[in-house]
Amino acid sequence: MNRSKFDLAVGVFVALGMLALGFMALRVGNLASFDGSEGYRLEARFDNIGGLKSRAPVKSAGVVVGRVESIKLDNTTYEAVVSLRVKPEYRFSNDTIASILTSGLLGEQYLSLDVGGDPSYLSDGARIVKTQSAFVLEKLIGQFLFNKAAESSGTSK
Amino acid sequence: MLLIGLEALGASITRTLDRLGLAARFSWGVVSVAGICLVRFSLLVREMYFSGVKSLAIISVSGLFVGMVLAVQGYEVLQRFGSAESLGSLVALSLVRELGPVVSALLFAGRASSAVTAEIGLMRATEQLAAMDMMAVNPLARIVAPRFMAAVVSLPLLAVIFSSAGVLGAYLVGVQLIGIDDGAFWSQMQASVDFRVDVLNGLIKSVVFGVAVGLISVFEGYHAAPTAEGVSSATTRTVVTSSLSVLVLDFVLTVSMFRGLS
Repeated sequence: MNRSKFDLAVGVFVALGMLALGFMALRVGNLASFDGSEGYRLEARFDNIGGLKSRAPVKSAGVVVGRVESIKLDNTTYEAVVSLRVKPEYRFSNDTIASILTSGLLGEQYLSLDVGGDPSYLSDGARIVKTQSAFVLEKLIGQFLFNKAAESSGTSK
Repeated sequence: MLLIGLEALGASITRTLDRLGLAARFSWGVVSVAGICLVRFSLLVREMYFSGVKSLAIISVSGLFVGMVLAVQGYEVLQRFGSAESLGSLVALSLVRELGPVVSALLFAGRASSAVTAEIGLMRATEQLAAMDMMAVNPLARIVAPRFMAAVVSLPLLAVIFSSAGVLGAYLVGVQLIGIDDGAFWSQMQASVDFRVDVLNGLIKSVVFGVAVGLISVFEGYHAAPTAEGVSSATTRTVVTSSLSVLVLDFVLTVSMFRGLS
């Protein structure tokens, strides 16, 4: 085997490796999809975010329109401040409601945007005023048990 | 009796430290002349052919089968929870984060590093290295450095090829044979595999493994006893030490890379 054959074989090998890396990045990984660096920022405050994590999807009518960028706790109001990035082609009205929902029964949590009827749109850096906190199963069960107890003590009298 | 035991302990510690020091000095020597591969590129290309290209078949076939097995076993467990669609993310994450870099490094140690050790060891035994030294050719730069660099460059490429083959194997079994939804398979995968966190960290892992496996193979070969027995035991030591250090390094790297991840 002479030298140019070595060159050819190694060239094919390296090209194959690069192709595999491209496959990893575009087909297996999420480099091609929306990575959260473009688009405009919105902010929403919640009493409780449950299990929402940064990079969680932001959906409207089930369609992914952006990603959660960061989650912080406001030290004065003790609310969770969630900042999200929304793709530039989607616009939402000023009275949009942001709520934290779960996909499936045990799935990951995502942020849902439900559009209202206001004719003006949220701009970059705006704050979504109407929010609905995450659904915390333990609290709901606690409330249910409490109601049940109150009910049974009411009927026994 | 006690004295003899203590003496043996001391001797073994001294020997280990001596060898570690030798390995460190040798590694520094190799790394400091590794730049020659950029000047004499054809040397690197030749070694990449023997370690990288010739490992392609074993790496891609193993990757394919590992992916297929992962798909079968993963489906078995996931369908109990009614989330068979997550198979894509299970397979891709395990391949990209762990199995790709680790298994390809283990296969590389068996397939290519053992050959490098035997080759350099035999050169030592037949005094070719001494002859080069006599001709004022630095054997570290001419023989050792290209083989080391070939491992460092080839292993990440092989690991990525392994992972890709594995994903394709899982696709074949999961989607074509078992019948998981095509779109769900890929979209679940894309939703959970992050390029920077998963793919790049896997790549960094395989570069580190390449450095470790490459250094061990050239060190064992270069310092092999110049006999047939010495070469054979050096080859065995290469495979054993490389495999162990890959697994230990993998644990250390995984803990430092993925600990912060929830």
